Amino acid sequence: MGREKFFNAGMLLALLAVPLMAWQMDDPFVITLATKVAILALAGVGLNIALGLGGLVSLGHAAFFGIGGYAMGILAAHAQNYEPLFTWPFLFEGSNQMPLIWLVAVLASAAAALVIGALSLRTSGVYFIMITLAFGQMLYYFAISWSAYGGEDGLSIWVRNEMPGLNTLDPIQFFGVTFVILCLALWFAARLAQSAFGLALSAARQSQERVETVGLTPFKLRLMAFVISGAITGLAGALFADLNRFVSPTMLSWHTSGEIMIFVILGGVGRLYGPLVGAAVYILLEHLLGGISEYWQIFLGLLLLGMVLFARGGLIGALLGREVAHD
Amino acid sequence: MSLILILEQVLNGLQFGVMLFLMAAGLTLVFGVMGLINLAHGALYMVGAFAAAAVAGWTGSFVLALIASLAAAAAAGALVEVTVIRRLYDRDHLDQVLATFALILIFSEGTRWLFGSFPLFLDVPDYLSGPVTLPGGIQYPLYRLAIIVIGLMVGAGLFWLIARTRIGVQIRAGEADREMIAALGVDISKLYTLVFALGAALAGLAGALVGAIQSVQVGMGEPVLILAFVVIVIGGIGSIKGALVGALLVGLTDTLGGVFLPRLFALLMEPAAAASLGASLASMLIYILMAAVLLVRPSGLFGGSA
Repeated sequence: MGREKFFNAGMLLALLAVPLMAWQMDDPFVITLATKVAILALAGVGLNIALGLGGLVSLGHAAFFGIGGYAMGILAAHAQNYEPLFTWPFLFEGSNQMPLIWLVAVLASAAAALVIGALSLRTSGVYFIMITLAFGQMLYYFAISWSAYGGEDGLSIWVRNEMPGLNTLDPIQFFGVTFVILCLALWFAARLAQSAFGLALSAARQSQERVETVGLTPFKLRLMAFVISGAITGLAGALFADLNRFVSPTMLSWHTSGEIMIFVILGGVGRLYGPLVGAAVYILLEHLLGGISEYWQIFLGLLLLGMVLFARGGLIGALLGREVAHD
Repeated sequence: MSLILILEQVLNGLQFGVMLFLMAAGLTLVFGVMGLINLAHGALYMVGAFAAAAVAGWTGSFVLALIASLAAAAAAGALVEVTVIRRLYDRDHLDQVLATFALILIFSEGTRWLFGSFPLFLDVPDYLSGPVTLPGGIQYPLYRLAIIVIGLMVGAGLFWLIARTRIGVQIRAGEADREMIAALGVDISKLYTLVFALGAALAGLAGALVGAIQSVQVGMGEPVLILAFVVIVIGGIGSIKGALVGALLVGLTDTLGGVFLPRLFALLMEPAAAASLGASLASMLIYILMAAVLLVRPSGLFGGSA
């Protein structure tokens, strides 16, 4: 355990140090890459609560990522075009304030996770995988045919949204925002895993019968975990859309679900810092291999395949041995 | 007039459903016999379509192109089974999802590398192009009718294979009890390779047949793969009969909904809003169908236990 804690602190420090150095050397591109790592890691932290702690293999988390993205896109588009979003019961003109956008993103993705989870959790195993995948695709096709908000072309926002007291147009300040949120989410996930709820959820993953015998309802535990998980991934979606100042149906596509899952797995399922390691390695690979070959995803595929077949604990598992963080 | 339109759309839905069945049959067989969830099934569909387009380009023969699609997809399926899939049978579903997702990346980017990003075109042969007049005076494209016939014939052949032949007995026994059939002296690993290659060949054939209507491009298998998942979730995983019923249900719902929902809404509201709302809702219709089926029967129409 000690070694893993040391390693985790090192990863977090590295994520903080790299953009700070890039800031000193005036290299905004590296800061943007680090921001992307922080945001994608946040999405992974969300999925990891369902996947690692709850054992729920959701292949539809792009739905929540995309809903968060569209929450930002819709609010900001109305604000920039001065078209009221609704006039009843009160006049609301959209918003370009990040805290409000985050709140809406979290609530909207949590609501979606509640509905999707309540339906999907009636099943388990391979049915659950396919149904979460199908609901994700449903939203994807809905976004494509929803012409009011850009349809297939997506929505562009001209200026990044505002955060009181900060200049979010400055890359290092926006990175700071995402880094703080990632740290809070990691802290929250760690507390959750140690809480009575987290322990019960983990127990439901290992032995459903025993949890039922002591009077808990696995369905409720899992639904709660799925909602929390979706809400965190939705927040990541809002930040990701703000980073790109663009949201499109691609954020909802099942490739995005697969990628978020890859972050979790590359690092190691159930490891608290697994998503951070996974997202960092993914972005590094994309950047390094993408420079060598247009077809870099072949190498990503081979790496992932090798990982699944031969190194089942993920990168952290390969580095630190097989113990799992939350035991 | 409107009756003819309805009949035309029913035929379109049938054609779509039959293609979905070819995809879903392989998926459900592989899951039923080996307990494997295979996301890379859509990649085999794509392999079939590209093989057909390439062979049709060299030889000009559509029949050869179809044979090539079967052979290439079966070969790719067998190769993947022996090298990768075989190691996944006793792993959990998460590992299977990831490994087959990795295969998609490899197949898609590999195909892009070989054939480029631009779509290829596979032409309908002269003897199958043009419309045909059906009883009742309906003009319908001959090629689409041929797809329905080919699909139904392949489906009938598959049912015959499973119900009446020695291989079919082994496949059904494999679904019921893997250890027992191995103990009875059936070479289980050979059977697995065979089932996987069979499923792959069906997907490849579907890819080639659809490739002549749409374009042949990288990633073409993925929308179909997800629809095939919806099909087998509705039908019940592992059931061929369920795959057929589910495929026809999804094919008809999607096609008829896409055509008639906007018209239905047009009766109630202004045309532009009706078109947009109708299209959005139509795109979600099959998922709503799936949710409804799951509410009533969580393991699908013909499924046993998950």
